[in-house]
Amino acid sequence: MDIISNLITQTLGYSSTLLFGSTGEIITEKSGNLNLGTPGIMSIGGVCGVVGAYFYTISVPEIVPIISVLITLLSTILGSLLSTLIYSFLTITLRANQNVTGLALTTFGVGLANFIGGIINNKAEGSSGISAFPEIATIYQTKLPFAEKLGFIGKAFLSSGFMTYLAIIIAILTAIVIKRTRVGLNLRAVGENPATADAAGINVNRYKYCATCLGGVISGLGGLHFVMQYLSGGWNKSAVEQFGWLSVALVIFAVWRPLLGILGSVLFGALYVIPFSIPNLAPKNQQLLELLPYVVTIIVLTISSMRKKREQQPPESLGTTYFREER
Amino acid sequence: MSKTNSGIAKEPLIHFTKRDDITGFKSVLWHGVGLLAGLIVCAVFIMLFTGLNPIEVYVKMFQGTFGGEVTRLKAIHHTAILLAISLAVTPAFKMKFWNIGAEGQVLIGALAAAYCMLQFGDTMEEPLLILTMFLTCMVAGMIWAMIPAIFKAIWNTNETLFTLMMNYVAITLVSYFIMVKDRSGRSDLGILNERTGYGYLPKLFGQDYLLNIAVVILITVLIFVYLKFSKQGYEIAVVGESQNTAKYIGINVKKVIIRTMAISGAICGIVGLMLVAGSPTPSLKEDIVGGMGFTAILVSWMAKFNPIIMVFVSALVVFLGDGGASATDALKIDSSVGEVLTAIIIFFIIGCEFFTRYKINFRKRQKGE
Repeated sequence: MDIISNLITQTLGYSSTLLFGSTGEIITEKSGNLNLGTPGIMSIGGVCGVVGAYFYTISVPEIVPIISVLITLLSTILGSLLSTLIYSFLTITLRANQNVTGLALTTFGVGLANFIGGIINNKAEGSSGISAFPEIATIYQTKLPFAEKLGFIGKAFLSSGFMTYLAIIIAILTAIVIKRTRVGLNLRAVGENPATADAAGINVNRYKYCATCLGGVISGLGGLHFVMQYLSGGWNKSAVEQFGWLSVALVIFAVWRPLLGILGSVLFGALYVIPFSIPNLAPKNQQLLELLPYVVTIIVLTISSMRKKREQQPPESLGTTYFREER
Repeated sequence: MSKTNSGIAKEPLIHFTKRDDITGFKSVLWHGVGLLAGLIVCAVFIMLFTGLNPIEVYVKMFQGTFGGEVTRLKAIHHTAILLAISLAVTPAFKMKFWNIGAEGQVLIGALAAAYCMLQFGDTMEEPLLILTMFLTCMVAGMIWAMIPAIFKAIWNTNETLFTLMMNYVAITLVSYFIMVKDRSGRSDLGILNERTGYGYLPKLFGQDYLLNIAVVILITVLIFVYLKFSKQGYEIAVVGESQNTAKYIGINVKKVIIRTMAISGAICGIVGLMLVAGSPTPSLKEDIVGGMGFTAILVSWMAKFNPIIMVFVSALVVFLGDGGASATDALKIDSSVGEVLTAIIIFFIIGCEFFTRYKINFRKRQKGE
């Protein structure tokens, strides 16, 4: 039983990084903007958390848990917001090509994250070459206080850090807002047909800006979660970029629905964890099993394109820029 | 809502109108302004971290690439490889097929080259071996690119994500291959056929890399002619402008998509061959392409799909990448600074393109109507 509950907890850990990323990207794509910069934004989000932790640790003698969490969260939010603004300004105001801008942002974000992370690591004490902030990371990894008392369910589902539950809450809230509110309806209208939305009196650019920025910030939190959960608060030329791309793929898997995104992220997380948890598996076969998330994504992608169900299609105007005076 | 009703009285402060009468000179001017602004920001970025002044920064970057005796050939070779991948992705982009899988297509070519070298190295004559490697790499890259193309053509499957996933499949396959073939247990194949030299591409004039550079020059000319003067190149342009127009004038869109991606993939496969067998120390690693598959997309876009301009853009990107790395040597951080500088430049170039496509009108004092 312990093995299974452990496996579930590990799965939830990886899946929350993906869930942050994909929820952010769903909000962005609902406004008709395809942001391929998500891996870059997540990298920047992650490294900004490290920067926040670094400056907080060197400036105070004693770490206060709640303040350290707030500072890392704030620096992540600020970093991912600023980097998303580059994308938003270029694609919305200057109407640049979204694919190219997004890819450039990924190049920029991953490069900048490795650069800044490298500078902080150079200041590291000790021989590991990575400066980490385990005290702060432990706060992020703290289990819910009542988890141990609830038996199997508690051990399996309630033993993750608070970011995991935050990811799920954000996904549920996003689903409600998109599906059930006026704001969500307007957002979907902008993504489906911006000209019609504009004619109906919706401020298209404002919706696009808000959606891309909010989406970027949520994706950035995924980077922070990864850094705190798996790199004990330090930076390493790491899998954050790869998780960013998987999040983009997960959006397709979830057919643009945040609730399906939760299921999808758990599945992807499980596919990521399973190869490491089969005992006596040769490393090369483990390597082969790591193909699974990508192959599954490809299969889902092709199947959903073959079925052509209306409610499973991307927003109509996804990837195109809107200019009122153009027909 | 009420705002829109009363808003008629007041014209917005700034509004944009489309212009299509821009002269070539003005367009070049705007791009020049964007490039200059980007270079200034890049210099400031390096200044902040190294304390060098901007002139010193660029002198040092030049010495680290095209200016230095030792580094020049390496920089030119790096430019050639980046150029070749950019050329490979260009026909597909012109068709508005968003192939971001060049990284994987090159890697599969590299894998095919390494496989042939290890497998057939001691059983085939040298010329036959090289020919086999050439064909295998080309076919491998082709297949890798044609899989997403076929799905796109038949079911309109999103090619951006499909090709992206194919990258990771390729990376994982290479790791698997390394683990299977490796006997040292270090997950590293070392230098392939080090003692025997089987399957090494011949050296032109006794110089390393020169053959690769020559091949890339040939590819550049071929792609230029293909896109500009051939019927197939014209078909690509039409499909890129409007698929409906293409259908209407009798172009088989599906065939064009698959054929164009096959060409893209074949070139990527050849680049893979050059990266492995064309190197003086052939080896295979997961990161042998090093993100160039993604950078190539930006290069192709910045050059407006023109192969000749692409030569200069690739050189600029290598200058920023390798030069930036050598200018920040003192910081002991590996090459990531180059990616940042390249991205800054492209942000500015993308941004300034707006001014070539749109005119900015400010609100006038008196409204004459």
